Amino acid sequence: MIETILALDFEPFLLSFKLAFLTTLILFILSVPLAWYLSQTRSKIKPFLEALTALPIVLPPSVLGFYILVALSQNSPIGAFFEETFGIRLVFNFTGLVVASCFYSLPFMVQPLQSGFESINKNMLEASYISGKSQFETIIKVALPNIKPALLTALIVTFAHTVGEFGVVLMVGGSIPGETKVASVAIYEMVEMLDYSSAHIYSAIMVLMSFLVLLSVYIFNHKHKTKVGGLHS
Amino acid sequence: MIKLDIHKKLSGANGEMELNVQLNIKEGEFLALSGKSGSGKTTLLRILAGLEEAEGSIKIGEEIWLDKTTFLSPQKRRIGFVFQDYALFPNMTVLDNLLYVVKDKILARKLLDITELSALENRLPNTLSGGQKQRVSLCRAMMRQPKLLLLDEPLSALDPSMRTKLQHEILTLHKEFGTTTIMVSHDPSEIYRLSSRVVVLDQGEIINDGLCKDVLLKTSGSSKFSFEGELLEIVKVDVIYIAIVSIGQQLVEIVVSSQEAENLKVGDMVNVSTKAFTPNISS
Repeated sequence: MIETILALDFEPFLLSFKLAFLTTLILFILSVPLAWYLSQTRSKIKPFLEALTALPIVLPPSVLGFYILVALSQNSPIGAFFEETFGIRLVFNFTGLVVASCFYSLPFMVQPLQSGFESINKNMLEASYISGKSQFETIIKVALPNIKPALLTALIVTFAHTVGEFGVVLMVGGSIPGETKVASVAIYEMVEMLDYSSAHIYSAIMVLMSFLVLLSVYIFNHKHKTKVGGLHS
Repeated sequence: MIKLDIHKKLSGANGEMELNVQLNIKEGEFLALSGKSGSGKTTLLRILAGLEEAEGSIKIGEEIWLDKTTFLSPQKRRIGFVFQDYALFPNMTVLDNLLYVVKDKILARKLLDITELSALENRLPNTLSGGQKQRVSLCRAMMRQPKLLLLDEPLSALDPSMRTKLQHEILTLHKEFGTTTIMVSHDPSEIYRLSSRVVVLDQGEIINDGLCKDVLLKTSGSSKFSFEGELLEIVKVDVIYIAIVSIGQQLVEIVVSSQEAENLKVGDMVNVSTKAFTPNISS
């Protein structure tokens, strides 16, 4: 047993975490303005944007993966543009995985942030504007610090969801060791090769880590609630 | 001089109505804005603050905040706004709430000193009482040394003794800084104590504008005293009728004739006044 563990290749895990970290970082930067806009706007396009953002939740990963593959391949205008201008290929490599993951995990970042922003007392934001502060400064100094539980949920769930993705990764990245072979794909291959003991260990590690991550979120949120009480009063 | 000429269509609880307000306010004046709920008072304050758009014009001295071509954002108008629910930033200490507006520690400390909050400057808002929170909110509104201070029912959530204390502090601040102030209030004693002029709105229109004494005192003609109240019940006792009227926090019995009783309806707002010893009642 110990020998099996020692002999295991942990690179897929490292790759999964690298992918999840980068995806979470990029999505955070992109989603704060989007979630803010959705929370503040009264525009008629809001439902369309919301539906579009939520689409990755309901679509089969294969559908999402297929379209991303088509859109980013060298034969498409986008893929060709990136290849010619920056010399970057966007499919069957790590960069492509990051792009695909950003689409796949978008709702898990946007939705908690949006409902967090929506829960903030409007008068508090207006008080900030009246104090002469721009929307940007208000988001950084007033809005985000006052939705810490939502912020943490968004970050952790996005991270965990990206670690746990499988279908999109397989479609867009394939299974190139050290490049696109993340933990979930590695487990799939082990099972295919009937290497159940390695699959067991990998899977157990995934279950344990996911549980610990979620547990820490819930413990933090519980503590935050009891400590701050009426946050938005 | 502040010149307002504001028009805006509102759809409120009572259906569509038009907010139509023309006002000239002298610099340093303390104006009270009164009227039933839904009459457009808060909307007027929000338009002045730039939180809502409207047609018309707002001129503050030589500065134009609103006209056909201009709409200054709240950030660019120098205003102070005190919300009914305080709207403090929960993630900042009392002092930081003030310094967030302008990084002027001397002014912040001076304001905290006037409102007796100096000892609490490092506390978070959630650890303060309602009265303390509202004082912080008032100090924060003064940090930009506003040209116009807007108070939206600032004391309505507080108990009577705290109200009196805060009224005193608002007055002290007004004397110290001479800021032109508009306060929404329903409390006649509060209006009388703080303001020099009162404007009454109804359905978006100004229905009364004058000195507090003239607008608020209900005695007229030869009546010696006069109270407004709600008619709760008319009871027939033998040959006479007794009307039960709620005035302020008190219930009062008044003898009315059968003819008077016929003309009165339970729920009416009535005026109870007396000349010498004969009580009159009229709706």
